[in-house]
Amino acid sequence: MPRLINRYPNRVQAIVLSLLPFAVLLTAYLAASHVRLVANPEDKLLPAPTTLVEAIHRFAFEEDERSGTVLLWTDTAASLMRLLTALGISAFLGMALGIIVGVIPYMRATLAPFVAALSLIPPLAILPILFIVAGLGELAKVLLIIIGVAPIIVRDVALRTAELPGEQLIKAQTLGASTWLLVNRVVIPQMWPRLIDALRLTLGPAWLFLIAAEAIASTEGLGYRIFLVRRYLAMDVILPYVAWITLLAFAMDWLLRVGRAKLFPWAGPTR
Amino acid sequence: MTQLTIKGLWKEYDNQVVLENVNLEIGDHEFVTVIGASGCGKTTFLRLLLGVEAPTRGRLLIDGRPLPSEPGPDRGIVFQRYSLFPHLSVLENLLLGLELGGSRVVGRLFGKRRRAALEKADRLLDAVGLSVSREKYPAQLSGGMQQRLSIAQSVICEPEVLLLDEPFGALDPGVTADMHQLILKLWNMNKMTIVMVTHDLKESFYLGTRLLVFDKVRFDPQAQDRFGATITYNIPLKGHREASPRTPCEETGPLQPHFA
Repeated sequence: MPRLINRYPNRVQAIVLSLLPFAVLLTAYLAASHVRLVANPEDKLLPAPTTLVEAIHRFAFEEDERSGTVLLWTDTAASLMRLLTALGISAFLGMALGIIVGVIPYMRATLAPFVAALSLIPPLAILPILFIVAGLGELAKVLLIIIGVAPIIVRDVALRTAELPGEQLIKAQTLGASTWLLVNRVVIPQMWPRLIDALRLTLGPAWLFLIAAEAIASTEGLGYRIFLVRRYLAMDVILPYVAWITLLAFAMDWLLRVGRAKLFPWAGPTR
Repeated sequence: MTQLTIKGLWKEYDNQVVLENVNLEIGDHEFVTVIGASGCGKTTFLRLLLGVEAPTRGRLLIDGRPLPSEPGPDRGIVFQRYSLFPHLSVLENLLLGLELGGSRVVGRLFGKRRRAALEKADRLLDAVGLSVSREKYPAQLSGGMQQRLSIAQSVICEPEVLLLDEPFGALDPGVTADMHQLILKLWNMNKMTIVMVTHDLKESFYLGTRLLVFDKVRFDPQAQDRFGATITYNIPLKGHREASPRTPCEETGPLQPHFA
Protein backbone atom coordinates (compact mmCIF):
# COMPACT_ATOMS: atom_id res chain seq x y z
CA MET A 1 0.00 0.00 0.00
CA PRO A 2 1.65 3.26 -1.05
CA ARG A 3 1.76 6.22 1.29
CA LEU A 4 -1.24 8.56 1.26
CA ILE A 5 0.83 11.35 -0.32
CA ASN A 6 1.64 9.08 -3.27
CA ARG A 7 -1.92 8.05 -4.11
CA TYR A 8 -3.70 10.03 -6.79
CA PRO A 9 -7.38 10.04 -7.82
CA ASN A 10 -8.07 9.23 -11.49
CA ARG A 11 -9.98 11.63 -13.71
CA VAL A 12 -13.46 10.45 -12.81
CA GLN A 13 -12.64 10.25 -9.12
CA ALA A 14 -11.20 13.77 -9.25
CA ILE A 15 -14.43 15.16 -10.74
CA VAL A 16 -16.64 13.31 -8.26
CA LEU A 17 -14.44 14.40 -5.35
CA SER A 18 -14.49 18.02 -6.46
CA LEU A 19 -18.31 17.99 -6.58
CA LEU A 20 -18.61 16.29 -3.21
CA PRO A 21 -18.33 19.37 -0.92
CA PHE A 22 -20.92 21.19 -3.03
CA ALA A 23 -23.27 18.22 -2.76
CA VAL A 24 -22.74 18.06 1.00
CA LEU A 25 -23.51 21.76 1.38
CA LEU A 26 -26.62 21.48 -0.79
CA THR A 27 -27.92 18.44 1.10
CA ALA A 28 -27.32 20.12 4.43
CA TYR A 29 -29.21 23.20 3.24
CA LEU A 30 -32.17 21.18 1.93
CA ALA A 31 -32.38 19.18 5.14
CA ALA A 32 -32.15 22.22 7.40
CA SER A 33 -34.63 24.14 5.27
CA HIS A 34 -37.07 21.23 5.40
CA VAL A 35 -36.81 20.92 9.18
CA ARG A 36 -37.41 24.64 9.69
CA LEU A 37 -40.34 24.80 7.27
CA VAL A 38 -42.04 21.83 8.90
CA ALA A 39 -41.84 23.65 12.23
CA ASN A 40 -42.95 26.98 10.77
CA PRO A 41 -44.25 27.25 7.17
CA GLU A 42 -43.77 31.05 7.33
CA ASP A 43 -40.02 30.74 8.05
CA LYS A 44 -37.96 33.08 5.84
CA LEU A 45 -34.44 32.13 6.87
CA LEU A 46 -33.91 29.01 4.75
CA PRO A 47 -36.45 29.18 1.90
CA ALA A 48 -37.50 26.00 0.11
CA PRO A 49 -36.16 25.30 -3.40
CA THR A 50 -39.56 26.15 -4.92
CA THR A 51 -39.53 29.55 -3.23
CA LEU A 52 -36.01 30.18 -4.52
CA VAL A 53 -37.01 29.24 -8.08
CA GLU A 54 -40.03 31.57 -7.86
CA ALA A 55 -37.80 34.42 -6.68
CA ILE A 56 -35.26 33.74 -9.43
CA HIS A 57 -38.04 33.74 -12.01
CA ARG A 58 -39.43 36.99 -10.65
CA PHE A 59 -36.06 38.76 -10.69
CA ALA A 60 -34.44 37.27 -13.77
CA PHE A 61 -37.30 36.87 -16.23
CA GLU A 62 -40.16 39.21 -15.26
CA GLU A 63 -40.28 42.97 -15.54
CA ASP A 64 -40.39 44.81 -12.27
CA GLU A 65 -43.76 46.58 -11.87
CA ARG A 66 -42.33 49.84 -10.64
CA SER A 67 -39.29 50.30 -12.88
CA GLY A 68 -40.39 48.25 -15.90
CA THR A 69 -37.00 46.52 -16.14
CA VAL A 70 -35.83 43.00 -15.40
CA LEU A 71 -34.05 43.66 -12.13
CA LEU A 72 -31.33 40.99 -12.18
CA TRP A 73 -30.05 42.12 -15.55
CA THR A 74 -30.10 45.85 -14.84
CA ASP A 75 -28.35 45.14 -11.54
CA THR A 76 -25.78 42.92 -13.23
CA ALA A 77 -25.12 45.42 -16.01
CA ALA A 78 -24.69 48.30 -13.54
CA SER A 79 -22.37 46.32 -11.27
CA LEU A 80 -20.24 44.86 -14.06
CA MET A 81 -19.92 48.28 -15.69
CA ARG A 82 -18.51 49.72 -12.43
CA LEU A 83 -16.30 46.73 -11.75
CA LEU A 84 -14.81 46.44 -15.23
CA THR A 85 -14.23 50.17 -15.58
CA ALA A 86 -12.42 50.21 -12.25
CA LEU A 87 -10.41 47.07 -13.01
CA GLY A 88 -9.45 48.39 -16.47
CA ILE A 89 -8.22 51.68 -15.05
CA SER A 90 -6.43 49.86 -12.22
CA ALA A 91 -4.74 47.51 -14.70
CA PHE A 92 -3.57 50.45 -16.79
CA LEU A 93 -2.24 52.29 -13.73
CA GLY A 94 -0.68 49.07 -12.47
CA MET A 95 1.22 48.42 -15.68
CA ALA A 96 2.30 52.02 -16.25
CA LEU A 97 3.35 52.91 -12.70
CA GLY A 98 4.50 49.41 -11.77
CA ILE A 99 6.92 49.17 -14.67
CA ILE A 100 8.20 52.71 -14.24
CA VAL A 101 8.79 52.08 -10.54
CA GLY A 102 10.34 48.68 -11.24
CA VAL A 103 12.72 49.78 -13.99
CA ILE A 104 13.80 53.37 -13.29
CA PRO A 105 15.70 53.78 -10.00
CA TYR A 106 14.87 57.49 -9.68
CA MET A 107 11.15 56.78 -10.07
CA ARG A 108 11.43 53.92 -7.58
CA ALA A 109 13.04 56.23 -5.05
CA THR A 110 10.27 58.78 -5.64
CA LEU A 111 7.16 56.63 -5.87
CA ALA A 112 7.74 53.26 -4.18
CA PRO A 113 7.33 54.46 -0.57
CA PHE A 114 4.37 56.63 -1.60
CA VAL A 115 2.55 53.76 -3.29
CA ALA A 116 3.34 51.51 -0.33
CA ALA A 117 1.80 54.08 2.02
CA LEU A 118 -1.25 54.55 -0.23
CA SER A 119 -1.87 50.83 -0.38
CA LEU A 120 -2.09 50.71 3.41
CA ILE A 121 -4.95 53.23 3.66
CA PRO A 122 -8.10 51.22 4.35
CA PRO A 123 -10.24 52.17 1.32
CA LEU A 124 -13.52 51.88 3.23
CA ALA A 125 -12.22 54.44 5.72
CA ILE A 126 -12.01 57.05 3.01
CA LEU A 127 -15.30 56.10 1.37
CA PRO A 128 -17.06 59.05 3.12
CA ILE A 129 -14.43 61.38 1.65
CA LEU A 130 -15.15 59.95 -1.81
CA PHE A 131 -18.88 60.51 -1.38
CA ILE A 132 -18.28 64.06 -0.17
CA VAL A 133 -15.83 64.94 -2.94
CA ALA A 134 -17.12 62.89 -5.88
CA GLY A 135 -20.81 62.87 -5.02
CA LEU A 136 -23.06 59.85 -4.87
CA GLY A 137 -22.79 58.98 -8.59
CA GLU A 138 -20.84 56.34 -10.42
CA LEU A 139 -17.52 58.14 -9.95
CA ALA A 140 -17.29 57.57 -6.21
CA LYS A 141 -18.01 53.85 -6.54
CA VAL A 142 -15.48 53.34 -9.34
CA LEU A 143 -12.93 55.42 -7.44
CA LEU A 144 -13.35 53.29 -4.32
CA ILE A 145 -12.50 50.12 -6.26
CA ILE A 146 -9.53 51.80 -7.94
CA ILE A 147 -8.18 53.08 -4.63
CA GLY A 148 -8.57 49.64 -3.14
CA VAL A 149 -7.09 47.69 -6.01
CA ALA A 150 -4.67 49.82 -8.04
CA PRO A 151 -1.94 50.21 -5.38
CA ILE A 152 -1.83 46.44 -4.93
CA ILE A 153 -1.41 45.91 -8.69
CA VAL A 154 1.19 48.67 -8.93
CA ARG A 155 3.23 47.11 -6.14
CA ASP A 156 2.90 43.63 -7.57
CA VAL A 157 3.94 44.64 -11.10
CA ALA A 158 6.83 46.69 -9.68
CA LEU A 159 8.05 43.69 -7.67
CA ARG A 160 7.75 41.33 -10.66
CA THR A 161 9.61 43.85 -12.83
CA ALA A 162 12.39 44.12 -10.28
CA GLU A 163 12.54 40.31 -10.21
CA LEU A 164 13.53 40.12 -13.89
CA PRO A 165 17.09 38.73 -13.92
CA GLY A 166 19.68 41.50 -14.11
CA GLU A 167 21.41 39.42 -16.80
CA GLN A 168 18.45 39.94 -19.13
CA LEU A 169 18.47 43.70 -18.75
CA ILE A 170 22.24 43.89 -19.26
CA LYS A 171 21.99 41.64 -22.30
CA ALA A 172 19.32 43.85 -23.84
CA GLN A 173 21.59 46.86 -23.34
CA THR A 174 24.46 45.09 -25.08
CA LEU A 175 22.04 44.46 -27.97
CA GLY A 176 21.59 48.22 -28.26
CA ALA A 177 18.37 48.78 -26.32
CA SER A 178 17.61 52.25 -24.94
CA THR A 179 15.52 52.49 -21.76
CA TRP A 180 12.46 53.00 -23.95
CA LEU A 181 13.12 49.95 -26.13
CA LEU A 182 14.09 47.85 -23.14
CA VAL A 183 10.73 48.62 -21.52
CA ASN A 184 8.82 48.03 -24.75
CA ARG A 185 10.43 44.87 -26.03
CA VAL A 186 11.68 43.18 -22.87
CA VAL A 187 9.76 44.36 -19.81
CA ILE A 188 6.17 45.03 -20.94
CA PRO A 189 5.72 41.74 -22.86
CA GLN A 190 6.93 39.79 -19.83
CA MET A 191 4.65 41.73 -17.47
CA TRP A 192 1.31 40.96 -19.23
CA PRO A 193 0.93 37.50 -17.66
CA ARG A 194 2.05 38.93 -14.30
CA LEU A 195 -0.63 41.62 -14.63
CA ILE A 196 -3.24 38.90 -15.20
CA ASP A 197 -2.04 37.09 -12.06
CA ALA A 198 -2.33 40.35 -10.11
CA LEU A 199 -5.83 41.00 -11.49
CA ARG A 200 -6.96 37.53 -10.50
CA LEU A 201 -5.73 38.10 -6.96
CA THR A 202 -7.50 41.47 -6.71
CA LEU A 203 -10.85 40.24 -8.06
CA GLY A 204 -11.96 39.38 -4.52
CA PRO A 205 -11.18 42.81 -3.02
CA ALA A 206 -12.65 44.50 -6.12
CA TRP A 207 -16.03 42.79 -5.59
CA LEU A 208 -15.84 43.60 -1.88
CA PHE A 209 -15.41 47.32 -2.53
CA LEU A 210 -18.06 47.30 -5.25
CA ILE A 211 -20.69 45.78 -3.00
CA ALA A 212 -19.72 47.99 -0.07
CA ALA A 213 -20.10 51.12 -2.21
CA GLU A 214 -23.38 49.93 -3.71
CA ALA A 215 -24.77 49.04 -0.29
CA ILE A 216 -24.25 52.59 0.94
CA ALA A 217 -25.29 54.77 -1.98
CA SER A 218 -26.82 53.40 -5.13
CA THR A 219 -30.08 52.94 -6.99
CA GLU A 220 -29.21 49.74 -8.80
CA GLY A 221 -26.56 47.04 -8.70
CA LEU A 222 -26.15 43.59 -7.25
CA GLY A 223 -24.88 44.84 -3.88
CA TYR A 224 -27.62 47.47 -3.71
CA ARG A 225 -30.33 44.85 -4.30
CA ILE A 226 -29.04 42.51 -1.60
CA PHE A 227 -28.92 45.26 0.98
CA LEU A 228 -32.35 46.54 -0.12
CA VAL A 229 -34.21 43.23 0.24
CA ARG A 230 -32.39 42.50 3.50
CA ARG A 231 -34.96 44.83 5.10
CA TYR A 232 -37.70 42.27 4.33
CA LEU A 233 -35.54 39.29 5.34
CA ALA A 234 -35.87 38.17 1.70
CA MET A 235 -33.44 35.28 1.82
CA ASP A 236 -35.09 33.88 -1.31
CA VAL A 237 -33.62 36.83 -3.24
CA ILE A 238 -30.37 37.24 -1.34
CA LEU A 239 -29.22 33.64 -1.78
CA PRO A 240 -29.64 33.54 -5.59
CA TYR A 241 -27.95 36.96 -5.85
CA VAL A 242 -24.98 35.75 -3.82
CA ALA A 243 -24.76 32.61 -5.97
CA TRP A 244 -24.92 34.75 -9.11
CA ILE A 245 -22.16 37.08 -7.88
CA THR A 246 -20.02 34.07 -7.05
CA LEU A 247 -20.63 32.64 -10.50
CA LEU A 248 -19.69 35.95 -12.16
CA ALA A 249 -16.50 36.21 -10.13
CA PHE A 250 -15.64 32.61 -10.94
CA ALA A 251 -16.24 33.19 -14.66
CA MET A 252 -13.98 36.26 -14.65
CA ASP A 253 -11.23 34.35 -12.87
CA TRP A 254 -11.59 31.46 -15.32
CA LEU A 255 -11.46 33.77 -18.33
CA LEU A 256 -8.30 35.42 -17.03
CA ARG A 257 -6.67 32.07 -16.36
CA VAL A 258 -7.54 30.57 -19.73
CA GLY A 259 -6.68 33.80 -21.55
CA ARG A 260 -3.26 33.84 -19.90
CA ALA A 261 -2.51 30.28 -20.93
CA LYS A 262 -3.66 30.93 -24.51
CA LEU A 263 -1.99 34.31 -25.01
CA PHE A 264 1.27 33.70 -23.11
CA PRO A 265 2.18 30.03 -23.52
CA TRP A 266 5.80 30.81 -22.62
CA ALA A 267 4.83 32.08 -19.16
CA GLY A 268 4.43 28.60 -17.69
CA PRO A 269 1.56 27.29 -15.60
CA THR A 270 -0.45 29.73 -13.53
CA ARG A 271 0.15 29.70 -9.83
CA MET B 1 40.84 46.91 -35.13
CA THR B 2 40.05 46.75 -31.47
CA GLN B 3 42.64 47.54 -28.84
CA LEU B 4 41.75 47.26 -25.17
CA THR B 5 44.05 49.08 -22.75
CA ILE B 6 43.85 48.81 -18.97
CA LYS B 7 46.06 51.09 -16.91
CA GLY B 8 46.54 51.06 -13.14
CA LEU B 9 43.07 49.65 -12.49
CA TRP B 10 41.83 49.34 -8.90
CA LYS B 11 38.43 48.21 -7.69
CA GLU B 12 37.41 48.57 -4.06
CA TYR B 13 34.13 48.12 -2.22
CA ASP B 14 34.03 49.96 1.11
CA ASN B 15 36.91 48.29 2.96
CA GLN B 16 37.47 45.45 0.55
CA VAL B 17 40.07 45.68 -2.19
CA VAL B 18 39.06 43.34 -5.03
CA LEU B 19 41.48 44.26 -7.79
CA GLU B 20 44.71 46.16 -7.47
CA ASN B 21 47.02 47.62 -10.04
CA VAL B 22 45.82 45.70 -13.09
CA ASN B 23 47.69 46.67 -16.27
CA LEU B 24 46.93 45.00 -19.58
CA GLU B 25 47.00 45.41 -23.34
CA ILE B 26 44.64 43.27 -25.41
CA GLY B 27 45.21 43.36 -29.15
CA ASP B 28 42.79 42.89 -32.03
CA HIS B 29 41.16 39.47 -32.50
CA GLU B 30 42.57 38.03 -29.31
CA PHE B 31 40.92 35.25 -27.35
CA VAL B 32 41.74 36.05 -23.74
CA THR B 33 40.93 33.43 -21.13
CA VAL B 34 40.84 34.46 -17.47
CA ILE B 35 41.25 32.01 -14.62
CA GLY B 36 41.83 32.27 -10.89
CA ALA B 37 40.54 31.01 -7.57
CA SER B 38 36.92 31.83 -6.80
CA GLY B 39 36.52 35.25 -5.24
CA CYS B 40 39.70 36.53 -6.87
CA GLY B 41 37.91 39.21 -8.86
CA LYS B 42 37.79 37.69 -12.33
CA THR B 43 34.06 38.27 -12.65
CA THR B 44 34.52 41.79 -11.26
CA PHE B 45 37.14 42.32 -13.97
CA LEU B 46 34.61 41.22 -16.61
CA ARG B 47 31.91 43.46 -15.15
CA LEU B 48 34.30 46.40 -15.36
CA LEU B 49 34.86 45.66 -19.05
CA LEU B 50 31.09 45.30 -19.49
CA GLY B 51 30.49 48.70 -17.90
CA VAL B 52 28.17 47.63 -15.08
CA GLU B 53 30.87 48.43 -12.52
CA ALA B 54 33.05 51.55 -12.44
CA PRO B 55 36.75 51.38 -11.56
CA THR B 56 37.76 52.99 -8.27
CA ARG B 57 41.02 54.13 -9.85
CA GLY B 58 42.71 53.65 -13.20
CA ARG B 59 41.58 53.73 -16.79
CA LEU B 60 39.86 51.40 -19.22
CA LEU B 61 40.38 52.36 -22.87
CA ILE B 62 39.01 50.89 -26.08
CA ASP B 63 41.02 52.06 -29.10
CA GLY B 64 42.36 54.91 -26.95
CA ARG B 65 38.89 56.15 -25.95
CA PRO B 66 37.53 55.67 -22.41
CA LEU B 67 35.23 52.68 -22.22
CA PRO B 68 31.56 53.77 -21.92
CA SER B 69 30.31 53.51 -18.35
CA GLU B 70 27.24 51.44 -19.26
CA PRO B 71 26.71 48.32 -21.37
CA GLY B 72 26.42 48.96 -25.09
CA PRO B 73 26.36 47.22 -28.45
CA ASP B 74 30.17 47.39 -28.82
CA ARG B 75 30.56 44.79 -26.05
CA GLY B 76 28.50 41.59 -26.16
CA ILE B 77 27.99 39.38 -23.13
CA VAL B 78 27.10 35.75 -22.52
CA PHE B 79 26.29 34.85 -18.93
CA GLN B 80 26.16 31.38 -17.48
CA ARG B 81 22.35 31.61 -17.33
CA TYR B 82 19.32 33.90 -17.62
CA SER B 83 20.41 35.96 -20.58
CA LEU B 84 17.72 34.76 -23.01
CA PHE B 85 14.33 36.41 -23.28
CA PRO B 86 11.74 33.82 -22.21
CA HIS B 87 8.84 35.52 -24.02
CA LEU B 88 10.52 35.37 -27.43
CA SER B 89 10.98 32.32 -29.65
CA VAL B 90 14.47 31.21 -30.65
CA LEU B 91 14.22 33.18 -33.90
CA GLU B 92 12.81 36.26 -32.18
CA ASN B 93 15.58 36.12 -29.59
CA LEU B 94 18.09 36.34 -32.42
CA LEU B 95 16.17 38.99 -34.32
CA LEU B 96 15.88 41.19 -31.24
CA GLY B 97 19.45 42.50 -31.53
CA LEU B 98 18.92 43.56 -35.14
CA GLU B 99 15.52 45.09 -34.33
CA LEU B 100 16.78 47.06 -31.33
CA GLY B 101 19.74 48.39 -33.29
CA GLY B 102 17.77 49.03 -36.48
CA SER B 103 14.68 50.73 -35.12
CA ARG B 104 15.12 53.21 -32.31
CA VAL B 105 11.43 54.07 -31.86
CA VAL B 106 9.35 50.89 -32.07
CA GLY B 107 12.15 48.33 -31.86
CA ARG B 108 10.73 46.34 -34.77
CA LEU B 109 11.69 46.06 -38.43
CA PHE B 110 9.25 45.91 -41.35
CA GLY B 111 9.25 45.01 -45.03
CA LYS B 112 12.57 44.71 -46.80
CA ARG B 113 14.67 45.38 -43.71
CA ARG B 114 12.79 42.72 -41.78
CA ARG B 115 13.35 40.19 -44.54
CA ALA B 116 17.06 41.00 -44.60
CA ALA B 117 17.25 40.63 -40.82
CA LEU B 118 15.34 37.34 -40.99
CA GLU B 119 17.78 36.03 -43.58
CA LYS B 120 20.73 36.95 -41.43
CA ALA B 121 19.15 35.41 -38.33
CA ASP B 122 18.38 32.21 -40.25
CA ARG B 123 21.98 31.96 -41.50
CA LEU B 124 23.24 32.33 -37.95
CA LEU B 125 20.69 29.81 -36.66
CA ASP B 126 22.09 27.39 -39.22
CA ALA B 127 25.65 28.12 -38.13
CA VAL B 128 24.85 27.35 -34.49
CA GLY B 129 22.68 24.36 -35.38
CA LEU B 130 19.36 25.64 -34.06
CA SER B 131 17.34 25.87 -37.29
CA VAL B 132 15.07 23.00 -36.22
CA SER B 133 14.15 24.80 -33.00
CA ARG B 134 13.55 28.25 -34.45
CA GLU B 135 9.90 28.44 -33.28
CA LYS B 136 10.53 27.08 -29.77
CA TYR B 137 10.72 29.14 -26.59
CA PRO B 138 13.97 29.14 -24.57
CA ALA B 139 12.38 27.14 -21.75
CA GLN B 140 11.86 24.27 -24.24
CA LEU B 141 15.59 24.08 -25.07
CA SER B 142 18.29 22.07 -23.33
CA GLY B 143 21.02 23.92 -21.42
CA GLY B 144 23.50 23.50 -24.28
CA MET B 145 21.04 24.77 -26.87
CA GLN B 146 20.21 27.76 -24.67
CA GLN B 147 23.88 28.70 -24.49
CA ARG B 148 24.27 28.29 -28.27
CA LEU B 149 21.38 30.68 -28.72
CA SER B 150 22.74 33.09 -26.14
CA ILE B 151 26.10 33.18 -27.92
CA ALA B 152 24.47 33.60 -31.34
CA GLN B 153 22.30 36.38 -29.93
CA SER B 154 25.38 38.29 -28.78
CA VAL B 155 27.29 37.67 -32.00
CA ILE B 156 24.53 38.82 -34.35
CA CYS B 157 25.16 42.46 -33.43
CA GLU B 158 28.82 41.96 -34.24
CA PRO B 159 30.31 43.45 -31.09
CA GLU B 160 33.97 44.41 -31.17
CA VAL B 161 34.45 42.65 -27.87
CA LEU B 162 32.59 39.56 -26.69
CA LEU B 163 32.63 38.90 -22.95
CA LEU B 164 31.92 35.39 -21.70
CA ASP B 165 31.23 34.79 -18.00
CA GLU B 166 31.75 31.06 -17.38
CA PRO B 167 29.45 30.35 -20.32
CA PHE B 168 29.94 26.57 -20.26
CA GLY B 169 30.12 26.16 -16.49
CA ALA B 170 26.69 24.52 -16.23
CA LEU B 171 27.01 22.19 -19.24
CA ASP B 172 27.90 18.51 -19.64
CA PRO B 173 31.49 17.76 -20.76
CA GLY B 174 30.35 16.39 -24.15
CA VAL B 175 28.25 19.46 -24.84
CA THR B 176 31.11 21.70 -23.77
CA ALA B 177 33.38 20.25 -26.48
CA ASP B 178 30.77 21.17 -29.13
CA MET B 179 30.49 24.64 -27.66
CA HIS B 180 34.27 25.11 -27.92
CA GLN B 181 34.16 24.43 -31.65
CA LEU B 182 31.19 26.79 -32.01
CA ILE B 183 32.78 29.68 -30.17
CA LEU B 184 36.05 29.27 -32.14
CA LYS B 185 34.08 29.25 -35.38
CA LEU B 186 32.20 32.42 -34.50
CA TRP B 187 35.37 34.08 -33.20
CA ASN B 188 37.12 33.47 -36.53
CA MET B 189 34.03 34.41 -38.53
CA ASN B 190 33.58 37.80 -36.87
CA LYS B 191 37.19 38.62 -36.01
CA MET B 192 36.15 39.95 -32.63
CA THR B 193 38.10 40.08 -29.39
CA ILE B 194 36.91 37.61 -26.77
CA VAL B 195 37.47 37.82 -23.02
CA MET B 196 36.31 34.66 -21.31
CA VAL B 197 36.20 33.96 -17.58
CA THR B 198 36.36 30.26 -16.78
CA HIS B 199 37.34 27.97 -13.94
CA ASP B 200 38.38 25.18 -16.31
CA LEU B 201 42.16 25.26 -16.70
CA LYS B 202 42.18 22.91 -19.69
CA GLU B 203 39.56 24.97 -21.48
CA SER B 204 41.50 28.17 -20.86
CA PHE B 205 44.67 26.72 -22.44
CA TYR B 206 42.80 25.14 -25.34
CA LEU B 207 40.76 28.15 -26.44
CA GLY B 208 42.90 31.14 -25.62
CA THR B 209 45.52 33.12 -27.49
CA ARG B 210 46.36 34.64 -24.12
CA LEU B 211 45.84 33.29 -20.64
CA LEU B 212 45.47 35.60 -17.64
CA VAL B 213 45.76 34.30 -14.12
CA PHE B 214 44.32 36.47 -11.34
CA ASP B 215 45.73 36.06 -7.85
CA LYS B 216 46.75 38.06 -4.80
CA VAL B 217 50.44 38.96 -4.67
CA ARG B 218 50.21 40.43 -1.18
CA PHE B 219 48.36 38.83 1.68
CA ASP B 220 47.67 40.01 5.22
CA PRO B 221 46.29 37.20 7.39
CA GLN B 222 44.94 39.79 9.87
CA ALA B 223 43.06 41.71 7.19
CA GLN B 224 42.26 39.45 4.28
CA ASP B 225 40.37 42.14 2.37
CA ARG B 226 43.22 44.65 2.56
CA PHE B 227 44.89 43.53 -0.66
CA GLY B 228 43.28 42.70 -3.97
CA ALA B 229 44.09 40.37 -6.81
CA THR B 230 46.01 41.30 -9.92
CA ILE B 231 47.26 39.57 -13.04
CA THR B 232 50.03 37.26 -11.85
CA TYR B 233 50.55 35.45 -15.15
CA ASN B 234 49.96 36.75 -18.67
CA ILE B 235 50.79 33.84 -20.97
CA PRO B 236 50.64 34.08 -24.78
CA LEU B 237 49.20 30.90 -26.31
CA LYS B 238 48.97 29.43 -29.78
CA GLY B 239 45.18 29.54 -29.95
CA HIS B 240 43.11 28.70 -33.00
CA ARG B 241 43.35 31.94 -34.92
CA GLU B 242 42.68 31.75 -38.63
CA ALA B 243 44.33 34.20 -40.99
CA SER B 244 41.52 35.65 -43.05
CA PRO B 245 40.41 39.23 -43.56
CA ARG B 246 37.57 40.58 -41.47
CA THR B 247 34.32 40.27 -43.37
CA PRO B 248 32.25 43.43 -43.43
CA CYS B 249 28.93 42.57 -41.87
CA GLU B 250 25.82 44.70 -41.84
CA GLU B 251 22.15 43.85 -41.47
CA THR B 252 22.46 42.05 -44.78
CA GLY B 253 26.07 41.03 -44.31
CA PRO B 254 27.29 37.50 -44.96
CA LEU B 255 27.94 35.92 -41.53
CA GLN B 256 28.79 32.83 -43.59
CA PRO B 257 30.15 29.92 -41.62
CA HIS B 258 33.71 29.52 -42.92
CA PHE B 259 34.00 25.92 -41.96
CA ALA B 260 30.50 24.88 -41.00
